[in-house]
Amino acid sequence: MKVTLDHVTKRFPNRNKKIREDVIAVNDFTFEIPDGKLIGLLGPSGCGKSTTLNLISGLEMPSAGRIYFGDTDVTDLPAENRGVGLVFQNYALYPHLTVEDNITFPLGNLRGAEKLTKAQMHEKAVEVAGLVQIGELMERRPSELSGGQQQRVAIARALVKMPSVLLLDEPLSNLDARLRLQTREELARIQRETGITTVFVTHDQEEAMSISDLIVVMKDGLFQQMGKPQDVYDHPDNLFVARFLGTPPINVFRGQIKDGSVVIGGETVLAADVSDDISGDVYVGIRPEGFLPSADGKFGLTLSKIEVMGRDTTVVATHPDLDGAAVIRAIIRSDEVSEVLSGSSSDDSDAGRIVRFDIRPEKVHLFDIATGHRIDAKLSAAARRRS
Amino acid sequence: MKRYFERYKAWLYLLPAILFLGAFMVYPLIDVIIYSFEEGYNFVTQTSRGTGFYNYGYVLRDPYFVQALKNTFLIVIITVPLSTGFALLISLALTAIKPLRNLFQTVYFLPYVTNTLAVGLVFMVLFKKTEYSEGMVNLLIKAFGGSGVDFIDGPYWAKLFVMCLYTIWVVLPFKILILTSALASVNPIYYKAARVDGTRPSRIFFRITLPMISPMVFYLVITGFIGAFKAYSDEVALFGTDLNAAGMNTMVGYVYDMLYGASGGYPSYASAAALILFLIVLTITCINLMVSRRNVHY
Repeated sequence: MKVTLDHVTKRFPNRNKKIREDVIAVNDFTFEIPDGKLIGLLGPSGCGKSTTLNLISGLEMPSAGRIYFGDTDVTDLPAENRGVGLVFQNYALYPHLTVEDNITFPLGNLRGAEKLTKAQMHEKAVEVAGLVQIGELMERRPSELSGGQQQRVAIARALVKMPSVLLLDEPLSNLDARLRLQTREELARIQRETGITTVFVTHDQEEAMSISDLIVVMKDGLFQQMGKPQDVYDHPDNLFVARFLGTPPINVFRGQIKDGSVVIGGETVLAADVSDDISGDVYVGIRPEGFLPSADGKFGLTLSKIEVMGRDTTVVATHPDLDGAAVIRAIIRSDEVSEVLSGSSSDDSDAGRIVRFDIRPEKVHLFDIATGHRIDAKLSAAARRRS
Repeated sequence: MKRYFERYKAWLYLLPAILFLGAFMVYPLIDVIIYSFEEGYNFVTQTSRGTGFYNYGYVLRDPYFVQALKNTFLIVIITVPLSTGFALLISLALTAIKPLRNLFQTVYFLPYVTNTLAVGLVFMVLFKKTEYSEGMVNLLIKAFGGSGVDFIDGPYWAKLFVMCLYTIWVVLPFKILILTSALASVNPIYYKAARVDGTRPSRIFFRITLPMISPMVFYLVITGFIGAFKAYSDEVALFGTDLNAAGMNTMVGYVYDMLYGASGGYPSYASAAALILFLIVLTITCINLMVSRRNVHY
C-alpha cells in the first residue's frame, strides 16, 4: 500500500504550562512511500520520527494535513480502522499470554464474516511464526524469551492480520550489537517475503542505510531528504544530512570559492565549475574516503595519529579551518600508509608533521555558509600545487 | 565463652520477639485449642470433667451459633464480590476521567478515615425508626408511594440489606485505593497495542486489564473474605450489643458473647466456635490461593 503524507503537521501543547507556544513535533511533512518498499525514518532522537510513525498508525491525529493509504484518505480514521501493524520499541507483548495467544490476539478482534475459528487462528499463527522462525516457542510466555525472540513475536503479532502497512519503532534498539546485525537482515528478509510496505524508525544511520530501500532523513520535525541510501549519501541536500550519514562522519571545513577553485586555509584544493554569482565563504565537506595520500598532494593536514584497523587505516589529523569536530578522520587503504608517511624523517609516528593528500572530487560537497544548503558545483582535481 | 555467645547470638536478638509472640499469641492459641476440648470446664475451680468433642457438638447445635454462621456466610457471599466489583467499576471510572479526579478520589476515600461508630450514626439517621422520624430512606420510599419498612428492628431481609450495604460502603475505599493504583501501574503501551489491532473495549478489559491487575484483585478477594468472616463491630454499630436478640449476630460476635456477653462465661464453647471459624477461614483461603495460582500468571 502506498502511503502519502500531505503537508502533515503535529503540534503538542508545551509541557511547561508557562510557555503558551506549542511544540511542533512534525512540521509540514510531505512525502510519498511507494508500495511494497522498506523505508527507514532516520534522524537524531527527538526529531519527530516516532511521532511520524504514530501519525501513520493513527495513534496520533495530525494537527494539519492529510494522510493517504493508496488513494484513500485515512486522516480521520482511528488506529483500529487503518489496518496497520505496529511493533513497539519495547515490543509490548502481553505478559500473561503465551506466544501463540499473543500472536492470535489481533485475530480475535475480527468479527462478523471475518471471524475465524480456533483452528484457523492456530493455522495462521503457525504460518507467521514460521516466517519469523519462532515456531518452537509457541507455548512460552514473553518473560521466558530473549530480547531477540520477543522482538520476533512482536513482529509476528503485527504481521498475522496481514496489515496494509507495517510500522516498527526503533526495532533494533533493545538488542545487543551482534543480534542487531543479524536481526536487521532478518527484517529485510521478512519484508521481502511478505511484500508489505514497511516503515521503521531508527536513529542509527548504519541500520537505516544497510537495509532500507529508501531513507527519509528528519531533523527537529523538519523533513530533510528522501532517497535511496547511497544516493542520499552521495548527494546530501544540506549540511545536516551530510554530517548525519556516514561513519566516521564527513569532515567539514570552512573554505572559500575563489576564481573557480575551492580554497581551504589558503591552499587550492579543487577546481570548481560554479556559476559566477557564487563566491566567498562556503562549507567544504570531505568524506573520510575522499583523501588520497600523495607526497605532493594539494591539501596539507597536521598528523595526530594513525589507527591501523586491518584492511583500512584511519589517519587522524587536524586543520585550523575544521568546523564542528575536533579532528579529521581520513580512511585510506592500509597498503597506502607508507605513502602518507613517505618523506617522514625517522620516527613513523611523530605527530605534528604535515601530511599531504589529494582530494577525490566526487567525495566533496559544498554547502552555503548561511543556510547549509548544498551548492551545486562541478568539482575536479586542481592543477598541480605551485611550490 | 565467646564462641558460645557467637553461636547463640541470633537467638538472643530474637528473644524479645519470641517472648512477646509466645506469651500473647502462641500460648493463647494453644490454650484455645485445649479449652475447646475440655468438657464441663469450670471457670472458678479451673477444672474440667474430661476431654472430648462435646463443646463442638454443643456449639454446632446451638441455634444462636447456626444463626451467626448463616449471617456471617451471607455477609461474606454478598459483600465480598459486590464490594470488589463496585470498587473495580469506580476505579475504572476514576482512571477514565481527567477533571476533578483528585477530588473524587478523596471523596471515595473518606469512609476509610471515618470512625466506624460515626458511620453507624449516619446509617441510623438513614434507616432507624424513632418517635420523631422514620429514617431518611423510609421517607424517600414513602415519597415515591411505597410503604416503609423498619430496617433496624424489622424483617430479617431488611436488616441484612442494611448490614450488607454498610459493610460494602465501609470496605470500598481501601479496595478503590488499591485498584486505582493497580490500574495506573498497567503500562499504557498495552492499550496502544490493543488499539492498533482494533480491540473492543470489553475485550481490552477482560483480556488485558483484568489479567494485568489480577494479583491485586485476588489479594483484595482473599483479605476481603477474611475481613468479612471477622465482621462484628459493624453489626454492633448498627444493631447494638445484643446481637442474638436482633438475630444479626456473627461468628466473632458469638465467640465474644460466649465469653463476656450477658449469658457468657463459657470459654470452652467460645474456643470451639473460634476454632470452627478458623477452620472455615483456612479452607476458604486455601481454595482462594489454589484458584489464584491457576489464574494469576506473574
